[in-house]
Amino acid sequence: MSTLILYILALGALFFSLVKDRKKTKMALKKAIKSLNNILPQFLAVLMIVSILLAFFDTELISGLIGDRSGFLGVLGASLIGSITLIPGFIAFPAAAELLKNGAGVAQLAAFVSSLMMVGVVTIPLEISFFGKKITLMRNIIAFLFAFVAAAVVSWGVSL
Amino acid sequence: MKKLVKRFRPAIIMVILFLSVLIFVPAKSSKAVQSLMDQLKTMLFVIPPVFILLGLFDVWVPREYITRHLGEGSGIKGILMAFFLGSAAAGPLYGAFPVAAVMAKKGSSLFNILIFIGAWSTTKIPMFLFEFNAMGARFAVSRLFVSISGIIMIALIINLSLSHQQRTLQLERAAELTGN
Repeated sequence: MSTLILYILALGALFFSLVKDRKKTKMALKKAIKSLNNILPQFLAVLMIVSILLAFFDTELISGLIGDRSGFLGVLGASLIGSITLIPGFIAFPAAAELLKNGAGVAQLAAFVSSLMMVGVVTIPLEISFFGKKITLMRNIIAFLFAFVAAAVVSWGVSL
Repeated sequence: MKKLVKRFRPAIIMVILFLSVLIFVPAKSSKAVQSLMDQLKTMLFVIPPVFILLGLFDVWVPREYITRHLGEGSGIKGILMAFFLGSAAAGPLYGAFPVAAVMAKKGSSLFNILIFIGAWSTTKIPMFLFEFNAMGARFAVSRLFVSISGIIMIALIINLSLSHQQRTLQLERAAELTGN
């Protein structure tokens, strides 16, 4: 669904640009290809790592670790799993909803979702190439710690 | 040729690792191949429109506009705009990095770029609607609120821990990656 919106947006903008200025549009497409080429190596590397990780971390393993009474360790485990996996939201949310129905804890799921979105261990090399080591490491470490805050606040919010 | 090999070295290492999983852990091989194909499909679908939009953004949006609205000292308005830009996006977090590089080139401040990255990762509008449906209103809304404060806090901490010089240097480096 969001992909479709993206295409409508891109094609619409492209069409508009073509009508307004052909030369500029050509330049834009050239830039698009060039910047894609610049990050292609990292994209390929990330693709491979994620495939390997997903093969080993299946939903059964994940749900075993972040079950209902797993407590703080469960929250910790959940944010660790969220940090190293790169599951798109439209796959993660249905899975999380399923886990919630089957007795997984709200805090654990909030920590998982939060770190899944904000922390990207496997994409760290890619991020470093854009932002350097210091910013990248800081951002990921603080975001990891933040998952615990999110866990606390969301489980409080749900219990209201 | 040598340059090409050096550029693709991480990718080549990962391909070798991937192939060794296929060979030495055959039980996991079909799942690994399956998720590789799934991701390839997603990427091949998402990458063309994202990069077309990026190129158009780069060509059409004048530097002064971004500098004025997202540059140093752009204040609350800059934060709101960075949030909006990130939340209107689609695609995984690593799709945000090339966009951030273009923003850097156009004169956006590091603080606003960090807000943008945070918004892209967490407060995307279609994702929020999805979460709302799947996890319930209380879960989604309380996570949205805590995330917004978290994103601002993370951007603040990183921004304050760097000197002005470090910030400028990093923005220049990111800008170089846009291909000009």
